[in-house]
Amino acid sequence: MDRRNFIKAAGATALSANVLPFLKFSTAEAAPAGTAVVVIGQTLNSLDLHRKGTNRPSYQISVNCYDRLVSFGTKKMPDGSLSYDYSVIQPDLAESWELTPDGKSLVFKLRKDAVFSDGSPVTAADVKWSLDRAVSLGGFPTVQMKAGSLEKPEQFVAVDDKTFRIDLLRPSKLTLPDLAVPVPFIINSKVAKKHATKDDPWATEYLHRNTAGSGAYKVARWDPGQQLVYERNDKWTSGPLPGVKRVIVREVPSGATRRALIERGDVDLSFGVSDKDAKELAAKDNVSVVGTPIENCLYCLCPNLAFEPFQDKKVRQAVAFAVPYEEIFKVAAYGQGVPMWGGKSASPADIVWPQPFPYMTDYEKAKALLAETKYKTGFEVPFSINLSLASWMEPAALLIQEGLAKVGIKTTIEKIPGANWRSQALVEKKLPLHLENFGGWLNYPDYYFFWAYLKGHLFNSSNYDNPEVTKLVGEALHMEVSDPAYEPKIKRLLEIAFDDVPRIPLWQPTLNSAMGKSLTGYEYWFHRQLDARKFGKAGA
Amino acid sequence: MAAGSRLGTIARRLGQALPALFGVIVVTFVLTRALPGDPAAYFAGPAADEKSIAQIREALGLDRPLPEQFLYYLKDLAQGELGSSISTGQPVADELIRRLPASLELTFFALLLSVAVAVPMGVLAATHPGKPIDHICRFIVTAGVSLPTFFTGLALVFVFYYLLGWAPSPLGRLDFAYLAPPTITGFYVIDALLAGDPETAWAALGQLTLPAITLALFTLAPIARMTRASMLQVLSSEFIRTARAAGLSGGTVLGTYAFRNAVLPVITTLGMVFSFTLGANVLVEKVFAWPGIGSYAVEALVVSDYAAVQGFVLSMAVLFVVLNLIIDILYTLIDPRIQLDS
Repeated sequence: MDRRNFIKAAGATALSANVLPFLKFSTAEAAPAGTAVVVIGQTLNSLDLHRKGTNRPSYQISVNCYDRLVSFGTKKMPDGSLSYDYSVIQPDLAESWELTPDGKSLVFKLRKDAVFSDGSPVTAADVKWSLDRAVSLGGFPTVQMKAGSLEKPEQFVAVDDKTFRIDLLRPSKLTLPDLAVPVPFIINSKVAKKHATKDDPWATEYLHRNTAGSGAYKVARWDPGQQLVYERNDKWTSGPLPGVKRVIVREVPSGATRRALIERGDVDLSFGVSDKDAKELAAKDNVSVVGTPIENCLYCLCPNLAFEPFQDKKVRQAVAFAVPYEEIFKVAAYGQGVPMWGGKSASPADIVWPQPFPYMTDYEKAKALLAETKYKTGFEVPFSINLSLASWMEPAALLIQEGLAKVGIKTTIEKIPGANWRSQALVEKKLPLHLENFGGWLNYPDYYFFWAYLKGHLFNSSNYDNPEVTKLVGEALHMEVSDPAYEPKIKRLLEIAFDDVPRIPLWQPTLNSAMGKSLTGYEYWFHRQLDARKFGKAGA
Repeated sequence: MAAGSRLGTIARRLGQALPALFGVIVVTFVLTRALPGDPAAYFAGPAADEKSIAQIREALGLDRPLPEQFLYYLKDLAQGELGSSISTGQPVADELIRRLPASLELTFFALLLSVAVAVPMGVLAATHPGKPIDHICRFIVTAGVSLPTFFTGLALVFVFYYLLGWAPSPLGRLDFAYLAPPTITGFYVIDALLAGDPETAWAALGQLTLPAITLALFTLAPIARMTRASMLQVLSSEFIRTARAAGLSGGTVLGTYAFRNAVLPVITTLGMVFSFTLGANVLVEKVFAWPGIGSYAVEALVVSDYAAVQGFVLSMAVLFVVLNLIIDILYTLIDPRIQLDS
């Protein structure tokens, strides 16, 4: 009997209704006070972000169970919901930091009261071990660290117990924000080292199944493929304790089932609902829907310059004028998101990113542009979409196909399975015309351009190559936003992107979540994963 | 037949299955590698560069030539190692051991329901051919088999959970208010009962009901149709006419003589339906968040997770061999004229 008391103890009486499986009851209400129940559509595959093959949904472990040196602030969105604030970098485990006078190092002072969940203090040695691990294990974490010019272990120095220094390879505005992303999380190195072996010096096997952090929660239970149970870490020092004692994350693959669960009030939060469900659930009384535009992310139509007709700028512009934007936004996005067409001027007024491109649906103009090229009568081109993202790509592709047909460009839609998409679209970059959904974690236009407009870079699936863009991005990437030279460079970049259109933005997508009225503290983060650190329940 | 010789026959039969299993191993190995898609690129993550992809390829051993990979795989297999799935981060064997009982429990329960309904229905239809009961049977069977399972599943969820609130939340094998019972058989209902915990058993049964009904509706058709056809055939045969002429009661004729003779093809069908349902109820698993092996295999296939796919196919092959053997043994019990090694 006492095994089950794990969850039931607090609410034994409330639970008695659960005894009969076919009795009307509401689980979230019946769950003991202080428990929040979340459903997600994907599956978690590791507790260790640094491990090879760890999938995106698992990044939430790093967010909820670990701290970083620094974190981003929080802001209120116009609709009253919470979002992280990339313009504010605030203390997390580090209470203060400063650039050395020579500008070559960043020195962090760790908070004196910071402890791991086992009670041992957080030391600079732990920080060094963790950052060393992030740059040494390879794969995605190492690439992400590199974006912040954090490349090798020699850069990280534990000066004394509470002082930690990073020697900079170059001054860059990206270094500090890159320390606030989920990758450089701080691990209890004493615990981890105990489980390290000769073949596995970074304790990947242990940390894959266990957490050893100082974060807001500990993992109380993980049933792979089914659920993860977070338990509040009462020793957490990096913020006010969460208002709930326990968060249960259940994996429910079927969107229809997730929707039934949230509508019935049996779960508190359905994280990441489809645009269609978001629109329809918003009309329900007992559910709140929060849709936050995903920063630095665009859904784009990409004409590939490796395909001859698209080498002509006028052909690309003609395509951009032959896209039925409005309809796509209604049908494929269910009106959830921010329109990225119909910009007023060919030269940007400010450096807000993303901002609408100066194109709209104008078939006459498209025909006129095409008439100026050697493809007056149009041409045929295969149009590829990613099957894993078919929910928006398929309707969008069908509408684009119709639009392009009106100006004589014939397309045949090819659906590519998700597993092959990456290698064909991004690595080999061989899809002549396709849809793409890149979004950058670090919220700077130059960061987006770095990944999506530079020759050879992964998300430049259009094979775009412009020496001026390469030069501008190279100069702007590490430059402070406050630098007077920054704005003109970004403006010029946007101007080129508007004119050359190797990527034709359709809209900026949103991350939607549906929650019961009693759940508080839902916050949007750029990493688009569950952050339960501010959770609370009204009336609990 | 002496018990010893029967055991010997079983061993011989299992031995005969080995070449087939080896064939399965070779074919899955080759097929998974022949699939387009690069697991290294996939698992390297969205922002990986050439170098990190190469690192992952090396870590996965995918940079080695195929024959060498195959030898390593065989060596691991011989030691009972199925490898580790990269997408779930768990050893394949662990995962199968955890997920197979979920699938088995669901399939067994669904088939039990299905047989309980389909066999009497088939018998009734056969004894009253062309009558209303026959037509009703035909209607139910047609409806059951033509409705896609995910649709039936969603419809049941909609009515019994969403509208009426009779069924518990479709959240997998157990509601989060309960902890899984200690594993003995892997079947939650049975394990909970063995642990003396009727509450959890009841809750597990509640979770099981809707998905099992969904599957049962689907599997009703072949069983009911086969029962009807084979009963019709037996009922028109001479020994039944003789039995009737001899003045035996209707019940004895039907139960002892007709049904026992008609049940053999039904068992064959049952075996087919069972193995088919076990792997193919992916959609039911998705709708009810059921952690079974069907969705595991499909997800592994989608991301070219070689070890997981191979492990799944191999375990299904083994299961199939065992199942066929059990069915053959059942035959000999039902019809003494049939012998295992014939």
